[in-house]
Amino acid sequence: MNPDEPTTPRDEPLEPRTIEGEVLYKETFRIVGNDFEHGGEAAARVKAILKQLGFPTDAIRRLSIANFEAEMNVIMYADEAEMEFAVLPDAVRVTFADRGPGIPDIEWAMQEGNSTATPEMRARGFGAGLGLPNIKRNSDEFSISSAVKVGTTIRYVVYANSGSGGAR
Amino acid sequence: MRTVVGLLDCEVACGQEALETPVGACFAADLMSDVLAFSSSDALLITGLTSVQSVHTAHVADCVGILFVSGKHPSPEALQLARDVSIPLLTTTHSMFEACGILSRNGLVGSARS
Repeated sequence: MNPDEPTTPRDEPLEPRTIEGEVLYKETFRIVGNDFEHGGEAAARVKAILKQLGFPTDAIRRLSIANFEAEMNVIMYADEAEMEFAVLPDAVRVTFADRGPGIPDIEWAMQEGNSTATPEMRARGFGAGLGLPNIKRNSDEFSISSAVKVGTTIRYVVYANSGSGGAR
Repeated sequence: MRTVVGLLDCEVACGQEALETPVGACFAADLMSDVLAFSSSDALLITGLTSVQSVHTAHVADCVGILFVSGKHPSPEALQLARDVSIPLLTTTHSMFEACGILSRNGLVGSARS
């Protein structure tokens, strides 16, 4: 893709790089929309697994923050989602594929402070328009695609070596 | 963290055994999005949000503990999760503003992500 060409945010990943590698471990979680009671459990489970695997602390923190943000996004905005978490030799890759309203303007949604959150979501401590940008900031690779009235898929990778730059 | 308990007359809701953990800095917010976006690790989270999401937030952000202000107490779900993931929970009757002021006067610094 020519970087000078205007992109179609709905279809084009923001960072079209993809990490390749053998998958050493994989687990899938189902996240249910509006299930605030269990919001955060998948992120906690992944954090525990990565601790057991001896993943570096800083990388675990960045991935856990991204996972929790993505999980809460599903709970607040989507009907349901499948979260796939894959451990690669030097990185972790996470994919959230949700069924929901989709995002009409990804470029707008990726800007800090832009949000369609309800007062109830804000009362729960979320919905400040920081979620998607924060997922990207904490990732080394990040892509998002969305179709209105169908759903949104986000995919991100955190490298074990956190000094490797990336999507931030 | 034991010093914080003394300065703010805290009750320890759970995590008594972890009170010797040093507090690197403090981050005060009711908006968990802010904590996730701007706090550094090893911070004490100061908040009035008592739901289970405050504990999840502290857990993923590697906070050393949570201080609930204004006499608020953690929900039963928050308390259970904090026990499960070993995050100490403190409560104080001081308001957010007072608690931050007292901690700041006594040398604690704000947490800011680099």
